[in-house]
Amino acid sequence: MKRLPSGGLWLILLLLALRGTVPAHAQSATPSTNDATFLATLGELREADYSAKASIVERLSQGGHPSVRAVLTAFLEDRLYYHNADQPSDQKVFIVKSADADPLNLIDPLSLKDAGSAPADSLTKIGTNNGLRRTLRTTVAHFALASPDAGVRLAAVQDMLRSLDDQTVALLRERMGVETNSSVKKEIATGLAIAALDGSDTAARLQAIDTLSKSVSQDVRNRLATLSDKSSDGSFAESDVKVRKAAAAAVESIDRWRSFYAGIETLFFGLSLGSVLVLIAIGLAITFGVMGVINMAHGELMMLGAYTTYVVQMAMPEHIGISILVAIPAAFIVAGLAGIVMERTIIRFLYGRPLETLLATFGVSLILQQAVRSIFSANNRSVVTPDWMSGSLRLNDALSITYNRLYIVIFTMIVFTLILMVLKRTRIGLDIRAVSQNRAMAKAMGIRTEWVDAMTFGLGSGIAGVAGVALSQLTNVGPNLGQSYIIDSFMVVVFGGVGNLWGALIGGMSMGAVNELLEPYAGAVLAKIFVLIGLILFIQRRPRGLFPQAGRAGEDK
Amino acid sequence: MKRKEFLMTAWLLIAGMAFSKVAAAQDTIKVGVLHSLSGTMAISETTLKDTVLMMIDAQNKKGGVLGKKLQAVVVDPASDWPLFAEKAAQLLEKDKVAVTFGCWTSVSRKSVLPVFEKDDGLLFYPVQYEGEESSKNVIYTGAAPNQQAIPAVDYLMKDVMVKRWVLEGTDYVYPRTTNKILEAYLLAKGVKPEDISINYTPFGFSDWQSRVAAIKKFGSAGKKTAVVSTINGDANVPFYKELGNQKISAEDIPVVAFSVGEEELSGLDAKPLVGHLAAWNYFESIKTPANTAFINQWHTFIKNPKRTTNDPMEATYIGFNLWVKAVTKAQSTDVEKVLAALVGTETPNLTGGIAKVLPNHHITKPVYIGEVKADGQFNVVWKSAGTVPGDAWSDFLPGSKDIDADWVTLKCGNYNRVTKKCSGQNYK
Repeated sequence: MKRLPSGGLWLILLLLALRGTVPAHAQSATPSTNDATFLATLGELREADYSAKASIVERLSQGGHPSVRAVLTAFLEDRLYYHNADQPSDQKVFIVKSADADPLNLIDPLSLKDAGSAPADSLTKIGTNNGLRRTLRTTVAHFALASPDAGVRLAAVQDMLRSLDDQTVALLRERMGVETNSSVKKEIATGLAIAALDGSDTAARLQAIDTLSKSVSQDVRNRLATLSDKSSDGSFAESDVKVRKAAAAAVESIDRWRSFYAGIETLFFGLSLGSVLVLIAIGLAITFGVMGVINMAHGELMMLGAYTTYVVQMAMPEHIGISILVAIPAAFIVAGLAGIVMERTIIRFLYGRPLETLLATFGVSLILQQAVRSIFSANNRSVVTPDWMSGSLRLNDALSITYNRLYIVIFTMIVFTLILMVLKRTRIGLDIRAVSQNRAMAKAMGIRTEWVDAMTFGLGSGIAGVAGVALSQLTNVGPNLGQSYIIDSFMVVVFGGVGNLWGALIGGMSMGAVNELLEPYAGAVLAKIFVLIGLILFIQRRPRGLFPQAGRAGEDK
Repeated sequence: MKRKEFLMTAWLLIAGMAFSKVAAAQDTIKVGVLHSLSGTMAISETTLKDTVLMMIDAQNKKGGVLGKKLQAVVVDPASDWPLFAEKAAQLLEKDKVAVTFGCWTSVSRKSVLPVFEKDDGLLFYPVQYEGEESSKNVIYTGAAPNQQAIPAVDYLMKDVMVKRWVLEGTDYVYPRTTNKILEAYLLAKGVKPEDISINYTPFGFSDWQSRVAAIKKFGSAGKKTAVVSTINGDANVPFYKELGNQKISAEDIPVVAFSVGEEELSGLDAKPLVGHLAAWNYFESIKTPANTAFINQWHTFIKNPKRTTNDPMEATYIGFNLWVKAVTKAQSTDVEKVLAALVGTETPNLTGGIAKVLPNHHITKPVYIGEVKADGQFNVVWKSAGTVPGDAWSDFLPGSKDIDADWVTLKCGNYNRVTKKCSGQNYK
């Protein structure tokens, strides 16, 4: 039993070895010494520990073999393997095309030509760790400097700036002469200026500081700050007092700009948290605000929306990118239907009895949670974030905005506008407003109030489902998702003023902003407590919230 | 009067005899399983219940223990801490179990401690924890801080050259105690107070944007920075997602976690986490014949080849084997005798080395540090030379460095070497 697979393995190895060697011989009758050293150095990677691997990588890149770039890129991307064999001479190193495939498609590291394929378990991956990947990234960046794509070049220069040595500086200087793209040029200029700080010419150093003072990068700031450092014997790291003064001024200016951008960042954080709050509260503003129903299952309707996203993603695993867009109407329909069923079967019997409604909807929330637990298990489900929603939009060195938050801010605005349009511009909106203002009169005018109630509740629930789609990108999709947001959504609605959509918008946004402003100083737990205390005090003074409903309709409630 | 008394005694005798006959007829040893099967902790603890059942099943196929079959008594404390104490009392007083495997969170362990000590039961606790405890009635088969947190920090300090530290945790007893120990340790190693940032967030926290921005800012001071994460539960997912979105890679600011393992990673997309670290005493990816056999046994038992194994499962496995060995050595399931036999008992780990019960009721464990791979498994980048003995009382906290735990010579879990006093069992 044990001998058979190993025998098979030997056969495969033999075949592969033959396949690998024959074309190599055909190509060059006398294999150059460069090839031989390259292969030998590459072979050392198999046994080396991580620090030894780093020095091997350095030797490889200095060797200047034509295929070193491909090999190192593959190494960085975890695509460098070797054959399992007892004899070291048989443990040939290969690049694989994609690490996910089985059998693996091999590429010869010397000729970079196809070298057949082999089953995944006959090969061992040459592993990397963080430190090694960092080294590799800088090394590979040297090659990417000549890429025709300006984006690649920019990333390469940024990678190179993280560890500037003489060789890198020489490469950058060479590139500066031929570079055409302005942003790449700017980045290279920064790198050269940092390098110039070590030079002996005072005028050049002053010139460099002048260039650097326009940057807002933290790395540049740290480098400039070291110029004012005193060593242990009392002498300054920078001998010239003029240069020191210029450096200090530049540091100050960079700090000013950075704190300005930090302020903008905090504001955006507040805006994005506020958007989430608004999104989870709009649906409630309709069911609670307009209809006066305390719906404790509102959070579970969001949970349904989040699970709908999960199901949609399961149904279309090939198109994760658009699955979120498909999930939005799907979640609206699922949660909306659930809401209508709830309204028709339970809530309509309890109008005007808020306590009973509260208890009944709380029961519904427990039923929905348990249903989800039974269908999807108690474990969280993983909803994949599509590529277009991950990462961040880099505005400059000091300010980046994460895409998922940006899209949620935009999405909230769209949803809010749509709801406002529905309520103000459509027939059903007119009916909803009429019924909420004076039910008896609306009925007398021939509006089917029962039907309007169901539609209103369905609309509010559908919006909750849509909020759930957004939440699936921010938090865990699990049976407890709703519970963690229900309190927040009620807070927003009460703060903004019951029955007022604008109140929910302003209320949610300001609560988000205050929370994010406090968090850096007070910590996440205290910030939340402060917001809650502030809210209680506010409600004490203005029981009807920010925008109380005026007139007789307001008095009724 | 006398006759009545006589009659009563006779009845009692008969009843007693009848009862002992029933017990003898059963001829089983009862094993308690005290893990939450519902509520928030069910996700993690159900796995451990299944592990114990699997071990019992395998042991019974080998003929049981002392010629008797093992019988599992499974109760569900439902992630409710006071209920843990009630269920423990039920196991010990009503079911009369010989041994119990159970608990996950520190608060559940603290809640059952008085019960096990009052009824003189025996508990095997299989999860890494904050230390500062040693009970006569508990065997701690998970890692103490010196078997997980301290080696991880050492690795970052020596191999990754980390100079600045963010200690990020969930707001409850385990992270707070661990961070207290780590802070004292870092300060003792010459790290300046301004290079340490400690922060806590609530359970289930999801709005990580400003925390991650703060970490990024803290980490851009020109010194190598690392995050030591005691964030627990599902708050980890949005945390790592936000790290990825704000482009903080493991190459720049590595995060080493003490509560993120294979089981937690199996529920999420691991690609944004690649390169971040975890410190454990076991990884599923470590290839040894014993581990491969264990993984196969688990897949067969649970009938799902995709289920992962993890560190607390290995700790349960070790605890079960230790108990079987000690019972065989003592030729009895009596708690006193088993406890006496347990200290010094050895059993092999799944990943190599020997787990040995120490006089302080902790065990020796190897320490591994792994980097997350894209498939949710770990690539071991560091391992301890040999095994590390578990230290109940941390040497880095002023209050606990003079305290010893020794259940063989001192017969005390909280003995102060300076005042020469035994404060008895400490479950503060």
